Amino acid sequence: MNKSLTRLDWIGRGFLVLTIAVAILAPVLALVPAKTSMFYLPPYLVALLGKYVCFAILAVALDLVWGYCGILSLGHGAFFALGGYAMGMYLMRQIGTRGVYANPILPDFMVFLDWKALPVTWWGFNWFAYASLMVVLVPGLLAFAFGWFAFRSRVTGVYLSIITQAMTYALKLAFFRNDFGFGGNNGLTDFKDILGINVQADSTRAALFSISTLGLALAFVVSKAIVSSKYGKALVSIRDSESRVRFLGYRVENYKLFVFVVSAVMAGIAGALYVPQVGIINPSEFDPANSIEAVIWVAVGGRGTLVGAALGAIVVNFAKTFFTGAFPEYWLFGLGGLFVLVTLFLPKGILGLALATTANRRPPAKPEAATSAAAKVSEVKS
Amino acid sequence: MNPLMIFRWLALLVLVCGASLAQADPLDDTLAKFQEDKFPQTALAISELAVSGAPNAAAILAALGDNRLFVDPGAHQLLYKTPAGDLFDARTNEKIGSAPSSLKKVRVNNALRAQVEAAIGSLTLVNPDPAKRIEAAEAVFKSRDAKALPAIDAALAKETDARARAALLQARGAIVVGDNSAPVADRLAAVEALKVRSDQDAESLLGETVNSSTVAEVKAAAQTALASVKTNLQLWGFAQNVWYGVSASSVLLLAAIGLAITFGVMGVINMAHGEMVMIGAYTTFVVQSVLPPSLQQWSLAISLPLAFLVSGAVGVLIERLVIRYLYGRALETLLATWGVSLILQQTVRTLFGANNRLVAAPAFMSGSFHLGGIEITSGRLWIIVLSIVVFAALQLVLRATPFGLRMRAVTQNRRMASSVGISTALIDMFAFALGSGIAGIAGVAISQIDNVSPNLGQGYIIDSFMVVVLGGVGNLWGTLLGALVIGLANKLLEPVIGAVLGKILLLVFIILFIQKRPRGLFALKGRAVEA
Repeated sequence: MNKSLTRLDWIGRGFLVLTIAVAILAPVLALVPAKTSMFYLPPYLVALLGKYVCFAILAVALDLVWGYCGILSLGHGAFFALGGYAMGMYLMRQIGTRGVYANPILPDFMVFLDWKALPVTWWGFNWFAYASLMVVLVPGLLAFAFGWFAFRSRVTGVYLSIITQAMTYALKLAFFRNDFGFGGNNGLTDFKDILGINVQADSTRAALFSISTLGLALAFVVSKAIVSSKYGKALVSIRDSESRVRFLGYRVENYKLFVFVVSAVMAGIAGALYVPQVGIINPSEFDPANSIEAVIWVAVGGRGTLVGAALGAIVVNFAKTFFTGAFPEYWLFGLGGLFVLVTLFLPKGILGLALATTANRRPPAKPEAATSAAAKVSEVKS
Repeated sequence: MNPLMIFRWLALLVLVCGASLAQADPLDDTLAKFQEDKFPQTALAISELAVSGAPNAAAILAALGDNRLFVDPGAHQLLYKTPAGDLFDARTNEKIGSAPSSLKKVRVNNALRAQVEAAIGSLTLVNPDPAKRIEAAEAVFKSRDAKALPAIDAALAKETDARARAALLQARGAIVVGDNSAPVADRLAAVEALKVRSDQDAESLLGETVNSSTVAEVKAAAQTALASVKTNLQLWGFAQNVWYGVSASSVLLLAAIGLAITFGVMGVINMAHGEMVMIGAYTTFVVQSVLPPSLQQWSLAISLPLAFLVSGAVGVLIERLVIRYLYGRALETLLATWGVSLILQQTVRTLFGANNRLVAAPAFMSGSFHLGGIEITSGRLWIIVLSIVVFAALQLVLRATPFGLRMRAVTQNRRMASSVGISTALIDMFAFALGSGIAGIAGVAISQIDNVSPNLGQGYIIDSFMVVVLGGVGNLWGTLLGALVIGLANKLLEPVIGAVLGKILLLVFIILFIQKRPRGLFALKGRAVEA
């Protein structure tokens, strides 16, 4: 493997340092300074930024499959939401007798539906460890089953995108049903404790934010490790010419399946970190529109760069928060315009543009660096 | 012949005549009972009047119910006032110019009013119009009022129209079938009549009879009839669901066929396709708003070509401004067109507001009729006709025009088509315009059955994708088959496991189906497949 570092690697290192610094600094700023101090980080901002960071993890996960393997998943929101539901179920069980109906076992909505016993699907969710396992297992297994069939049958391109969309749409419909047993329309909310600590306390919020940021760093490191390895190079070649890689003797479906499952697990963890911070999970998270929106974060930031994906998620969501507050009428124009303009004029995203403009001034030091396909933001044929 | 015999004969003759004279008008007796103005007598009079066949019986009864029946105590006359206020003699049915000085109202209570209503109902049983008679029999069937039995029997005796007779028999059946004191033969006939009727009312009546009958014979007959009615109902219910399914399929076909064309020719999924449908629906709304009332009946005829043009023009704009720059990048096109769809939705929301807009249905598209046990709404029927016409026209364009030939060539092998001199860019543009225009036509149809709102397109887009993915792009017949499968499966699963669960199952089925046929039912064959 090439030992020299490309500029993208340097950006990646800088990103890693930044995330870890933020993870340490944010709780300090949120808890130590006086409320009037200019350094004080108010709780609402902590929650908001925490949300962005979770979206950034989702974006990194999506970039891993789309940017590096050419799998445009329009259903990653489903993995995100499933992870979120697993965490939400744990948080529901922690409410205990503090619910409206004060039932020690059953969550309120089950009492309301006149259910007598806890459904099998809810067993074990009073243990954090079990819930955490499910956060990983449920999206992972779904992605495995889905990918196993889809990649083996060589469902590719637009067809794959459409059936991932069908998957998340089907899940949305299922979770909307009351008898499906996950709170129906209202979803899961009104959480009290996580690991015995008040989930809404400022310190908990700060800690959750910190953990999410570290999660983002971890997701980045894992993804980076995957795409920098030999395996990652095979992924990029699959993206660029799937049939050729197959003819060369690679088992394309196994490569795709692995990266798809890893990505789904990451998305699930992002969802699990998201739920305690926003305090609710409901079926609208499965909405196909959410999944497509996640794709545009990656596109805006720059696909196939990982850092760009995280950046895109944060920038777009910041813009969304700002515009939906200031000019709610125009947000959809903005978002729609973003989709069109980025695909037309910024196919490599913000980061790709930044790299390209600096590249004109300083040509790469070594020619080997440019051939490192994994690190290169290459022209993508999908 | 001796004189005694003659006398006897004469006496007999006188007697007979006398009797017939006395009976010559029982109506007088009846009316006299009203004049007594006592509740029991009035009740008796109402029953007698109902079966008397007097031409003005209905008018008298209606007047009684509305407190417009009067007695003139001096002249021993019964009078009634019309709702307009004119006074008539009940006996002769002649108009009376000046009202007598002292008129006494014939009093009624609630029990009598109910009886009056039932009597008026049974009166129409002998109406000269068979349709009216059937209606009246139907009313008796629903009310199952035992008091109507004599009227029904009287009507049956005179009935010649087969359908009216069946209706009367069913009405009679509804009354006697559950009555354990009625003659067994009557009840068996009633069971038979209900079996002929074979609808939900018959089912519930027979069910009750099976439970309540104390006569074993009737019970057994009712049981067999019930089984037959149930099978019959199931068959009709199934047929009705098939109809719903075909109707849903026709809408899906209209919405998806344009998508299939653009996907086939250009290999891109147009995520803004739903918005083309929405634009078509809004075009219909605008046409209806600007047309003067005298031209309203032509609004759909004007909307259809106009929606085709408007949506087609928007499609050309999208193709020229966005899609052609993304040639060969199908997934990016998907994202860009999604962005376009958001912009179009917001534009329409800004222009027309977020609320649903009302698009009126013209007279020929409203209402419904029955075909056996199936209820068919005219609007849905016309949409099916429209979808067939559009499908046939498209096939014609594809098979019989130079443009269609070129379009098929580009679909099958773009580079080869380009090599033989076909301008693929131009074909792309026209194909996109055609696909969008058909979506506009779909919008006109959908505006008749669904809410016209900025989100209209979103409701159809995922189903349309499924149709295209299922059908494949090799052939328009694939789209037709895909639409039929999805529409029918949706509606046939609905009564069994519910709409939402049915939809989920269908989506799972499509996901699994794609594994088996990654390019749909009708895939393109040959080298074009491997992109």
